[in-house]
Amino acid sequence: MAIFLTADSKVIVQGMTGSEGMKHTRRMLASGTTIVGGVNPRKAGETVDVDGTNVPVFGTVADAIEKTGADVSVLFVPPPFTKAAMIEAIDAEIPLAVVITEGVPVHDSTEAWAYNVAKGSKTRIIGPNCPGLISPGLSNAGIIPANITGPGKIGLVSKSGTLTYQMMFELRDLGFSTAIGIGGDPVIGTTHIDALAAFEADPETAAIVMIGEIGGDAEERAAAYIAEHVTKPVVGYVAGFTAPEGKTMGHAGAIVSGSSGTAEAKKQALEAAGVQVGKTPSETARLMRQVLSA
Amino acid sequence: MDLFEYQAKQLFAAHGVPVGLGEVADTPEQARAVAERIGGVTVVKAQVKAGGRGKAGGVKVAKTPAEAYEHAKAILGMDIKGHTVHRVLVDPGAQIEEEYYFSFLLDRSNRTFLAMASAEGGMEIEELAVQRPDALARVPIDATVGVDLAKATEILTQANFPAEVIASTADTVVKLWETFVQQDATLVEINPLARVASGDVLALDGKVSLDENANFRQAGNEDLEDKDAADPLEAKAKEKHLNYVKLDGEVGIIGNGAGLVMSTLDVVAYAGEAHGGVKPANFLDIGGGASAEVMANGLDIILGDPSVKSVFVNVFGGITSCDAVANGIVTALGMLGAAATKPLVVRLDGNNVEEGRRILNEAAHPLVTQADTMDDGADKAAQLAHSAN
Repeated sequence: MAIFLTADSKVIVQGMTGSEGMKHTRRMLASGTTIVGGVNPRKAGETVDVDGTNVPVFGTVADAIEKTGADVSVLFVPPPFTKAAMIEAIDAEIPLAVVITEGVPVHDSTEAWAYNVAKGSKTRIIGPNCPGLISPGLSNAGIIPANITGPGKIGLVSKSGTLTYQMMFELRDLGFSTAIGIGGDPVIGTTHIDALAAFEADPETAAIVMIGEIGGDAEERAAAYIAEHVTKPVVGYVAGFTAPEGKTMGHAGAIVSGSSGTAEAKKQALEAAGVQVGKTPSETARLMRQVLSA
Repeated sequence: MDLFEYQAKQLFAAHGVPVGLGEVADTPEQARAVAERIGGVTVVKAQVKAGGRGKAGGVKVAKTPAEAYEHAKAILGMDIKGHTVHRVLVDPGAQIEEEYYFSFLLDRSNRTFLAMASAEGGMEIEELAVQRPDALARVPIDATVGVDLAKATEILTQANFPAEVIASTADTVVKLWETFVQQDATLVEINPLARVASGDVLALDGKVSLDENANFRQAGNEDLEDKDAADPLEAKAKEKHLNYVKLDGEVGIIGNGAGLVMSTLDVVAYAGEAHGGVKPANFLDIGGGASAEVMANGLDIILGDPSVKSVFVNVFGGITSCDAVANGIVTALGMLGAAATKPLVVRLDGNNVEEGRRILNEAAHPLVTQADTMDDGADKAAQLAHSAN
């Protein structure tokens, strides 16, 4: 097993026919993902040849679901149109929508989230501004490289894409059940807590790596959740110990103002919940090895 | 992007929020002229993006234009929490009867918008939240519904606003909500929102933060940027669409992905502890598609920083392939020629790493050293920076 994404997942791509969408549809297919269609109202009814696989294009998400039984949508829709694409996916009640797009206005992601809640939260949203998720050997929804590592017993949840890759690489000999990049924007769908809960419930996951970064209080909240609900070992890493206050570094979320939201505060909260926190990615990987061999 | 008070109040005014607003002045002479135009008592206020201006002596009441001149002269050039005052706002004086607080903001923890309101304004909101938490109403706003007069009245009632000001203030709150939504703001704050002698309720101070992700549909945002304040290297990086933040260390950093670059800063700072305390000189994220041109632009900016003694390029090839990064480095060094004088430590891993390392080996550039791991690279770069000091 894995979480959120399995060998049975049927994936559609909103924005597949754009350059990013096409590039990553090709990569997802090559890594074994079952891609059942793309969505583009202007190209509905066409078929796109992706390296020898014919992928049909549908006019709407609802139509794609009806014709293919799709249960995952990956969104490569440019920022001005991302909210509408998310609303469409929510209206179609697709179980999982993975929003890769970077640069979505926070009013749009907040409105889309509120819309999803108003509709009964039938869609799990991951992102925006995230690399997606991979269940190695089973399926890959997003842009995480499939060739870093294979299946294993570690679950990983991270705000950052490249740190996800780095940590998968550090632990490549051990492998992962699922690795999820939840995104670094201030408002995101799936949180550390959602992923922790799913990993806790997944019999194939033996231990969890949680990667955070400065800004917000998501890690502190995750720490409180771990103390209450997570019995599996969790190893943590927080980026940004040496970041100066008041500077935004890339991710809109990675801004420190005042004492709360600092890496040190997050580390202390996690350690108080029994999570071992590494100072660097390599030390975090060492801690995970110790945990798994204990 | 945070705005100055005068920009915030100009935005409020444009959306129909009643404000007490005069004009800005860059010199004492201008301040005197503004005070003459306004007539009567004025308030000269330092325009800096920092709190505690009053305590720092950056806000002064002037009874005459001559006093406005003197106050402006004292305030201009003043340092408030590390911000130099380049401009003052000369506002009409107000006879304040009561002070309130009101804001709309993004509540990221709860993934919603939030109204915060209090009938006890005037003090810093952080202080109020700690000292008088019961006096601060926090009301979540459904982003799909928004704020109408009924909702505004509900918030103000919950915050114990006096009955006689609720009706007129509710209208102001709706207009403030419109400002928040239509400007793609993450914060609109009025503190104080004041009832003045005439009975009117006005925004006497304002804070606004705007979402730069919305710049594509907010044509006015570019004019609101404070171009004077940006570090010259940061300004140059922005022109090249590079995500660069200047820091105060000696090891230049280039990496891909915000999280990995932040982590690289940490690892370099730790490594620096063993090498004379050298620190990262910058944050630079070259992003996913690290082409030769992007790498050249990035190196150009970092090598243009006189405090940089060595450079650590830390790339994990996910989408980016390492051969493209390696070619980028070789091309960039070729383009920079004799201008490139500082040692580079390069750590490549991930997609197509063998080819990337081969390209660097073959180029055998005298300034370039390869590192096997992130830790190793950080250590080498810190050591080089230390020995160059």
